[in-house]
Amino acid sequence: MSQFLLPFLRLSAGSAAGLLLATASTGCFSNRQNEGAALYQTHCSSCHGTQGEGLRRLIPPVAASDYVARNRAGLPCIVRRGMKGDVVVNGIHYNQVMPGHEDLTDSQITNLLNFVQRNWGNQNEPYTVREVSELLEPCHGSDGQ
Amino acid sequence: MSPSASRFSLRRAAVASLLAAGNLLAACSSDTTSTQPERLPIQGIKRTEPTSAADTLPDPVPAFRLTNQDGQVITNQTFAGKVYVTDFFFATCPSICPKMQSELLRVYEQFKDDPNVLFLSHTIDPAHDSIPVLRDYAQRLGIQDASRWHFATAPHDTVFALARAYMTGAEKDSTVVGGYAHSGTFALVDSQRRIRGVYDGMEKSQVDQLIHDLPILLKEEAETRQAAAK
Repeated sequence: MSQFLLPFLRLSAGSAAGLLLATASTGCFSNRQNEGAALYQTHCSSCHGTQGEGLRRLIPPVAASDYVARNRAGLPCIVRRGMKGDVVVNGIHYNQVMPGHEDLTDSQITNLLNFVQRNWGNQNEPYTVREVSELLEPCHGSDGQ
Repeated sequence: MSPSASRFSLRRAAVASLLAAGNLLAACSSDTTSTQPERLPIQGIKRTEPTSAADTLPDPVPAFRLTNQDGQVITNQTFAGKVYVTDFFFATCPSICPKMQSELLRVYEQFKDDPNVLFLSHTIDPAHDSIPVLRDYAQRLGIQDASRWHFATAPHDTVFALARAYMTGAEKDSTVVGGYAHSGTFALVDSQRRIRGVYDGMEKSQVDQLIHDLPILLKEEAETRQAAAK
């Protein structure tokens, strides 16, 4: 499986490098014309809020979130597969069902997460597409794109 | 100036003066309406047979019997003499509910000090949303007082029939995430069980309109009470 995917990964790494050259002025990591911000508003804002603020004790915030900082490696699989059960964010317990997103490509998940990791009080290291594809392997969630 | 051009401008002047007269008339008529108190329309659908030729009003919200997050039975009588805002949701709804409930929360915050305004959220997933689940949901939203904002459950048929009465779409749909398709409609209901406003709870501007409309209805209710007391 991973051998099969390797050319794809190389390809996406290659295209990311191309993109990097094309958009060198806007940032180093994949940031296709604010795709992450647009994806956030489409797929996440209804629950997590238009500014990532969450909703009281029902939906955890993604803005200024210790969970986002500490669970960097786990976030791609959460976006892909969703999550349920108790979760503690900034010291508060939440327990809601989050749906997965089978319709997003690895690169879209990358842009989405990079938007969250770099905004609203989060100042965490962004991901490359290749890294997200690798982090999606444990949940068999990489589509190689 | 050529004769045709002057005729044209004469005609234009005539049209302009007609328009001005029309404006005056409009101004007059709006003057008379401004002395009338502002009223919200009566909305809804008439499904019952008219009892007379004059009976054109929509059907009032039917009698209902629900259970709220404290396990208490609530009926139309619970809302007697009050106005209330209603919506339909379910606790595990991953799509529109959090947004919708956060907008309703905005309305609640504006009117939480007015005991004449109540809130009623119906679950459309009674199998999952037991009374403890509803209580937990309400408390997570910050609603401690069940008598102001009821999170209510009832058998499926009851809830779906009520959704129709409140002009909300709600149905089972296994093709959507969460298993239920429903619209984020808020209905504003007066003390006579009549729907006085329908708003899209997903649209901030429409929820702003609801916040604007509520005092108009409260004023009407207060005037009706005063007239009845005389």
